[in-house]
Amino acid sequence: MPSVKIPRKSTDTDMTPFVDIAFLILSFFIMATKFKPPEPVEIKTPGSVISQKMPESNAVLISIDSSNKVYFTLKSEKEPEKFDELIKGINEKQNLGLTPAEINNFKKTIMVGVPFSQLKGLLDLDPKEQEKIKQPGIPVLDSTNNQLVWWIQQCKVAFAGEQLVYLIKGDGASKYPAFEAVVEALKKNDELKYGLVTDLDDVPKGSALDIAQQQGLK
Amino acid sequence: MASIDTGGGDGGHKKGPGVKKAKKLSTRVDMTPMVDLGFLLITFFVFTATMSTPTTLDLNMPKDVKDPKKQTEVKNSGALTILLGKDNNVFYYEGQLKVAEGENNFKSSTFKEIRQVIIDKKAEVIKNFNPANVDPKLCEEEKAKAKKKGDPNWEDACKDMDFVVIIKPTDEATYKNTVDILDEMSINQVKRYALVKVGEEELKLIKATEDSQKK
Repeated sequence: MPSVKIPRKSTDTDMTPFVDIAFLILSFFIMATKFKPPEPVEIKTPGSVISQKMPESNAVLISIDSSNKVYFTLKSEKEPEKFDELIKGINEKQNLGLTPAEINNFKKTIMVGVPFSQLKGLLDLDPKEQEKIKQPGIPVLDSTNNQLVWWIQQCKVAFAGEQLVYLIKGDGASKYPAFEAVVEALKKNDELKYGLVTDLDDVPKGSALDIAQQQGLK
Repeated sequence: MASIDTGGGDGGHKKGPGVKKAKKLSTRVDMTPMVDLGFLLITFFVFTATMSTPTTLDLNMPKDVKDPKKQTEVKNSGALTILLGKDNNVFYYEGQLKVAEGENNFKSSTFKEIRQVIIDKKAEVIKNFNPANVDPKLCEEEKAKAKKKGDPNWEDACKDMDFVVIIKPTDEATYKNTVDILDEMSINQVKRYALVKVGEEELKLIKATEDSQKK
């Protein structure tokens, strides 16, 4: 009797294509990932339906954290010399007596959340150490000593003749008076247009905006 | 297991007597750890990738005007005042505040319900639109703007001109409340709205309402 031979197939699967794909995806993610910029304080922004992108440069970012502390950040990646201009102006106006090293350090400072009296101490520290300390926030609530006014004023001087966007990034849990004080500081400098930083939410179905968007309006 | 198929066989076999051949090692590489690592890294990058890009909501504030004559006037019929209290409470009234006996227009609401209030009020203003009451020049401007945008209902563009929402957040309102209500303005396409400081009388009413709700 002729015996039928069934060829024994190996259970080994060749995983090479699988690995290829895996590493392809991996390299894609490595290249496409833009890491979140380090933030000394965590701010949870509320959502809105607006899909307008946040500008990255030539912007003043005023952050309000959940305990109503106000922080100041200048965003100017393209023109780093603006940082020097701003801090030199602040130094002169407020008589802080900053050393050139401290002035240079301002560039690396991510967020300023101290009154002018403590600014020298903050700029003395390394950026890494700055992240560790708890900043008390820029005083804004007292309308006679709203120090944010000076910061904005010097920004306007540094960016004279250029477009400058004012962004307010508030934590959802922060109270309204802090926001009002920030707006007040901007108003005192005759700045009346702001951008509120928010997360993107979906447009509710059937609302007036939804209908308008379907009609292709802006 | 996972491996690269190199076609090489296992081991060597002796050729003839006395011939000692070095044991042939397999050239197959077990790739499982490499795949493991690969996917671990993918997972890491997927999670750290910033998915939500922040957006900005534009807010324009009016210049502070001390002179009452120069302040913007709002028509009584088209005004809706929304007050933001603590614990996400919302209050509203139409037109002017009236709290006389039997004629109380100060109402309490929530963030979910306020949308309907805005929609209803907007519809009411549009319904009561009377061309005689508006400045024809402003009306034409509004229409031209809508036409430019490509709005098919551009003829109706100036009908809601009188509709103004006045937003008054109290000190206890959170920033989220403020953004939510501003967002509500864009959701319902309210063209005219303003952030205004809350008044003494309104504060008292809010407090009274909140106290009664506690009981």
